[in-house]
Amino acid sequence: MIMELSGRTPLGSLTDKWEKHKNELKLVNPSNKRKFSVIVVGTGLAGSSAAATLAELGYNVTAITYNDSPRRAHSIAAQGGINAAKNYQNDGDSVWRLFYDTIKGGDFRAREANVYRLAQVSGNIIDQCVAQGVPFAREYGGYLANRSFGGAQVSRTFYARGQTGQQLLLGAYQALSRQVGLGKVNLLTKKEMMDVVVVDGRAHGVVIRDLVDGKIESLTADAVLLCTGGYSNVFYLSTNAKACNVTAAYRAYKRGALFANPCFTQIHPTCIPVSGDYQSKLTLMSESLRNDGRIWVPKERGDTRLPNLIPEIERDYYLERKYPSFGNLSPRDIASRAAKEVCDDGRGVGPGGKGVYLDFADAISRLGRKVIEDRYGNLFEMYQRITGEDPYSVPMRIYPAVHYTMGGLWVDYNLMSNVNGLFVLGEANFSDHGANRLGASALMQGLADGYFIIPYTVGGYLASTGPGTHTEAVRNKAAEAVQHSEEKITRLLAINGKRTPTSFHRELGKIMWDKCGMARNEQGLQSALVEIPQLRDEFWNNLRVPGTGEELNQSLEHASRVADFLEFAELMVRDALHRKESCGGHFREEFQTEDGEAKRNDNDFTYVAAWEYNGNNAPLMHKEHLHFENVELATRSYK
Amino acid sequence: MNLRLHIWRQKEPGAQGMLKAYDVADVSEHMSFLEMLDVLNERLLENGEDPVAFEHDCREGICGTCGMVINGRPHGPEPKTTVCQLHMRSFHDGDSITIEPWRASAFPVVKDLVVDRSAFDRIVQKGGYISVNTGNAPDGNAIPVPKVNADLAMDAASCIGCGACVAACPNASAMLFTAAKIGHLHALPQGHAEKGARVYNMVLAMDDEGFGACTNHLECEAACPKGISSLFIAKLNTEFVITSLL
Repeated sequence: MIMELSGRTPLGSLTDKWEKHKNELKLVNPSNKRKFSVIVVGTGLAGSSAAATLAELGYNVTAITYNDSPRRAHSIAAQGGINAAKNYQNDGDSVWRLFYDTIKGGDFRAREANVYRLAQVSGNIIDQCVAQGVPFAREYGGYLANRSFGGAQVSRTFYARGQTGQQLLLGAYQALSRQVGLGKVNLLTKKEMMDVVVVDGRAHGVVIRDLVDGKIESLTADAVLLCTGGYSNVFYLSTNAKACNVTAAYRAYKRGALFANPCFTQIHPTCIPVSGDYQSKLTLMSESLRNDGRIWVPKERGDTRLPNLIPEIERDYYLERKYPSFGNLSPRDIASRAAKEVCDDGRGVGPGGKGVYLDFADAISRLGRKVIEDRYGNLFEMYQRITGEDPYSVPMRIYPAVHYTMGGLWVDYNLMSNVNGLFVLGEANFSDHGANRLGASALMQGLADGYFIIPYTVGGYLASTGPGTHTEAVRNKAAEAVQHSEEKITRLLAINGKRTPTSFHRELGKIMWDKCGMARNEQGLQSALVEIPQLRDEFWNNLRVPGTGEELNQSLEHASRVADFLEFAELMVRDALHRKESCGGHFREEFQTEDGEAKRNDNDFTYVAAWEYNGNNAPLMHKEHLHFENVELATRSYK
Repeated sequence: MNLRLHIWRQKEPGAQGMLKAYDVADVSEHMSFLEMLDVLNERLLENGEDPVAFEHDCREGICGTCGMVINGRPHGPEPKTTVCQLHMRSFHDGDSITIEPWRASAFPVVKDLVVDRSAFDRIVQKGGYISVNTGNAPDGNAIPVPKVNADLAMDAASCIGCGACVAACPNASAMLFTAAKIGHLHALPQGHAEKGARVYNMVLAMDDEGFGACTNHLECEAACPKGISSLFIAKLNTEFVITSLL
């Protein structure tokens, strides 16, 4: 049955909703908190911050990661910064502006109340991180420094050199480590979540597999938090870490959690271009580089002169030309599409014409090499290590790559999915970025969810439901889920075909990039709907995984994740096919303006598409209509 | 280029391991070292052989997951470079390359090139943090931090916890790792309240985990992919002595 979903947003004015809601949420008495247990899956920014904070409050927390340490999560790779509406620069920033920029940046496909709350707590995050010892960049007077990021006209981004994600994650990791040391968090490393235990629409625990000895077991708790990141690796080549996967979210979906807006994926404009068939991943160059770097291509097609030999007049600084008010700091989706457009036009640079220049010559002559070194030194080093070229003397070559996924499991205002007791945080949920995320907002959202939202809303849930995990029905369901996971592993090992997990993953990635990537159309999506099931069939008949399920078996880990990507990809394509409009990262070629900009269809698509698993049949789509009471749905213009 | 690799193969913890030779042909100079190993592993898989287990994740030099000793040097021949960022242009056609796991009793081998580094986490759990519950924080600008201190803290905090320092040290000491965390937190006013207990507990934890003592070889600094200075070790020693005397 098709439902109209409600985000259960509290009533009242936008500015008061969160305060009012916090006051109305039920509380768990301090001495009762230790009677409740919470499982946190994933230890990135969202997971570590949530696990640490819930343990500080007194809950019994189990934190699970597939990495060998919580400090490895991919949040660590975020370079540029974290947004907060502190207005330390006195440049006109405010909670309202951060809210508005985020809603507009997301092309009006996010829930107003969630985004406003995010902007409201953004300042607390900076305070908390400073107190933890995060070494943010400082001015000479000792006060916090800021820089600018795409899609905003104020300087509100806090940073720690080009390693902001690392420092924020280490802050959360240290807070988590403190709780582990105090015995309040049971930390399980090298364990991968295989399933959620759901009885009567309520989550009671998870099934995990030990990646070292292969043992599969269940854990029960009063609430489960999925903080398991995004699914960019469905494209095989992305800027995500190699292990990032959709398995936890997808298996929750198969147990009844709704998957929202899976087609909203973000292509980041500044990545190092692909260099060969062996390429295993793509490397991002921080958006912060666009503060000082100028993006250009030659005006003439097929101009193969070295960049230094192309005179100023024969260069096309296309972002500055097309979007004079935002220029090189246009939002990611816009900058990516513009790069694709000039490359498709035959004006791309480097091998295969898949690249554009990001040039620092002007900035170096204006500010001096020393200033540029201070600002971006480690990024320049990284670029040189990978490409063998010196960006101080030759412009960088960059090209868009998949980077982040705005879609994710559907959650209400409390960050709870439609399965009771199953909460979803950070990139794994769909909630705050609409159809496109602004730079430096992922770190903000992960930490907002973990430090400042979930501690209240989980408390409200537990206070109103009480403990309830140790029933026979739960034990039976858990045993059944364990068996189900074991069977899946056995099946993967038994195929004994000829192709490796990587070869299937690469092939799936190519289908997705070609048909459901930066630009999508009906015909391509329809053909993807034919190709993906064919590839999945071949996978289940011709996969080869050596070894056993009772040892460290990295091929088996990969195969299990690819199996889920092969199913999930189809859901993504279906979502992209149904959304007959262009918005944010979802660009349907049939729906564009005369000058090639995304053309939204607010009359028919101002909703969240939340998909329900339906066995072997096509998934069912439920809708949450988005109501904009405080902002006007405007055409998103950065001109 | 064509290469001959000698790779440490070990089925499980405690099992007898050995170096095994593999030839890899047509390696492009633009490949990363790990992509070269990917190519080898794909071939092994296609032949039904067990691929070489090695750890890696971000492949951008920041997560600290990867690490192996290449021709006797942790993370290989290039300075300040993790193995995922090491590219094959650093090698030559016909080279013979020996690849081993980190060697330290506190880092037992799990399989092939994978070692268990959880000892590092346990050291941090003993004091590598500032005790501040969520919600306690004053405004971020309430306590100015001189830029030099913030920069010093950042220099130390850039440690990625890969373990190369331990692998490089003849004593398998974890001194640079521990000193970096202490150096980071002590450079900031926020870290001062727990200074004494932190340094004392973390040093004891290091000993308990079976890491060796530091005898100032400074191989750690040379191997560190983030170039963390051994001066932080000197600072740690000073603070440890002061704490022990008080």
